[in-house]
Amino acid sequence: MNYRHIKKWLLLAAIIVSAVASQFSGAINAYYLQIIIFIGINIILAVGLNLINGYTGQFSLGHAGFMAIGAYVSAYLSTEHGAGFFRAIGGTNFFSISVLFTGVLIAGGLAAAVAGLIVGVPSLRLKGDYLAIVTLGFGEIIRVLIQNTDAVGGPRGYSGIASYTTLFWTYSIVAITIYVVVSLIDSTYGRGFLTVRDDEIAAEAVGINTTRYKVTAFVLGAFFAGIAGGLYAHSTTYINPSGFDFQRSIEIVIMVILGGMGSTAGVTFAAILLTLLLEYLRFVSGYEWLPEIIRRIAANRVIIYSLVLIALMLLRPQGLFGQLPRRGLPIGSARVKRTKLPPHAA
Amino acid sequence: MSSTEFIQQLINGLSLGAFYALIALGYTMVYGVLRFINFAHGDVFMIGAFCGYYLSPRVLPYFTGGLTPLGPVAVLILTMLACALLGIAIEKLAYRPLRSRPKLTVLITAIGVSLFLEYGGQFVFGADPKSFPELMPDRALEGTGALTITTTQLAAFIVTIILLVALTFIVKRTRLGMAMRALSNNPTAAALMGVNIDTVISFTFGLGSALAGAAGILFALSYPSIDPLMGLLPGIKAFVAAVLGGIGNIPGAAVGGLILGVVETFVGGSVFSTYRDAIAFALLIVILLFRPAGIFGRTQVEKV
Repeated sequence: MNYRHIKKWLLLAAIIVSAVASQFSGAINAYYLQIIIFIGINIILAVGLNLINGYTGQFSLGHAGFMAIGAYVSAYLSTEHGAGFFRAIGGTNFFSISVLFTGVLIAGGLAAAVAGLIVGVPSLRLKGDYLAIVTLGFGEIIRVLIQNTDAVGGPRGYSGIASYTTLFWTYSIVAITIYVVVSLIDSTYGRGFLTVRDDEIAAEAVGINTTRYKVTAFVLGAFFAGIAGGLYAHSTTYINPSGFDFQRSIEIVIMVILGGMGSTAGVTFAAILLTLLLEYLRFVSGYEWLPEIIRRIAANRVIIYSLVLIALMLLRPQGLFGQLPRRGLPIGSARVKRTKLPPHAA
Repeated sequence: MSSTEFIQQLINGLSLGAFYALIALGYTMVYGVLRFINFAHGDVFMIGAFCGYYLSPRVLPYFTGGLTPLGPVAVLILTMLACALLGIAIEKLAYRPLRSRPKLTVLITAIGVSLFLEYGGQFVFGADPKSFPELMPDRALEGTGALTITTTQLAAFIVTIILLVALTFIVKRTRLGMAMRALSNNPTAAALMGVNIDTVISFTFGLGSALAGAAGILFALSYPSIDPLMGLLPGIKAFVAAVLGGIGNIPGAAVGGLILGVVETFVGGSVFSTYRDAIAFALLIVILLFRPAGIFGRTQVEKV
């Protein structure tokens, strides 16, 4: 694509803009600021998951688990060892905080990446439905493990996390994430991910190491999810294992599906849209002039997720910006009324 | 552990396993005919329990005096019918239009249906747990010595065995059953032989859902606290059981369910009791890595 040469400059520009914007963040309503930061975090999550689900075709339902690991590891490091670090480096100022924050975020990301490796390995033997359930299982196992770890508060949650996340951190990382993923996919090496999605057997036949691509996708996706988790923890200052459950994974999955699996721009857009929608729904449940039933549905947003998912799959499975797989019958074929055979038909 | 404790745990395990077996049968049948894992199946189990909850007060008053024992049976049959209809409706609305689409699309739809049933259930029934009515008196049986077998456990065993026998009869001795097996084996040939694909698939869904509904009622009798999210964990465990037995294999699902029930009960009674739920996942990962075909499954040759 044409923007290949200016990508580096776009990245730099994005970082500078977010730094400048961050200076003015005091002028925005704190609630809106929080939402904008959440949007950024969701973009990172969705773009990471898109690498796994969209570009590599591995259906992963446990993304919240990676986020949780990143959140807890970074929170633990900054809370337990932050004071020691500041003593060592000689004071709490912008520089030392930045170093600490970068350090804990990367630590969280790496921890999540290790988890991504562990989850990615079974994915080599599993396809489709089985992989989905195993990743779901891993997400739940991670959550249960955290819940049973008293050192980080267990079911009571972990509070008192320092509030380091600002617009600058969030959006520079968003920019970096998008840059990395897009550059990766656009490269010669990166085309390999797409081949794994499109036809694994053909890919192996031409010498693509599908194993390496699948594991890389999981590890990278998990790494970014871990960083997003760290940002999240240092924004809300309180985290609880129940906030990283299957529902959270599904929220991110919906962003990826809505945006179109395999389109970074699409999932970014979908992440923004859905985060805003979620917040709006929170308001709707407060409008007293709406009939009770609509308010209750709004309050129970998972019903809406589920209907959105079903409607999307029935009406527009490629999401907003994705593409339909171009195999088999052309899309506009004549509608012949005949019974469709199940997929294992010869 | 003494031998009495061992046998007691075994009985409890088989009792738990019976529920998993009933749900697993639904998974395995649908996979057999459609090569698709119906994520929403566990939630049909939940709906079955709630059907029982709402039907009991309306149905039981008609069965007084000498007919009292038939009351719970009526509730069971009505629930199975309702769940069968639900299963058929879900297939028709959400899965049939997508039959020619990639597997991923159907999988996502199934997740959507599952979430819809769970949270729709929360919306309609309320999220708080309800107390399932006592359809039959729950006493320990006399004369079993040191072992405790409750009437509920016995009833669950008996109903499960009856349903299993009925299912085997349907699958092996009726034309529809033969059609199911044909469809599972080779859909093109089945269609050429005059099998109505849509009808058979609907029937399969209905049958599997009816069994899940029955499991819902039996489960609620033993664990009377029901809530709309109760189907998620048993659903996943039943899926593990189906895979353990060899997905697509009907006796395998039953055996897998029993094995899982026993393993889970023993783990629950041991030092690792907090990991009782995780054992199912661990088992799944182990099977899928070392013997993905399951106990009775045949390894599928993938033709390129």
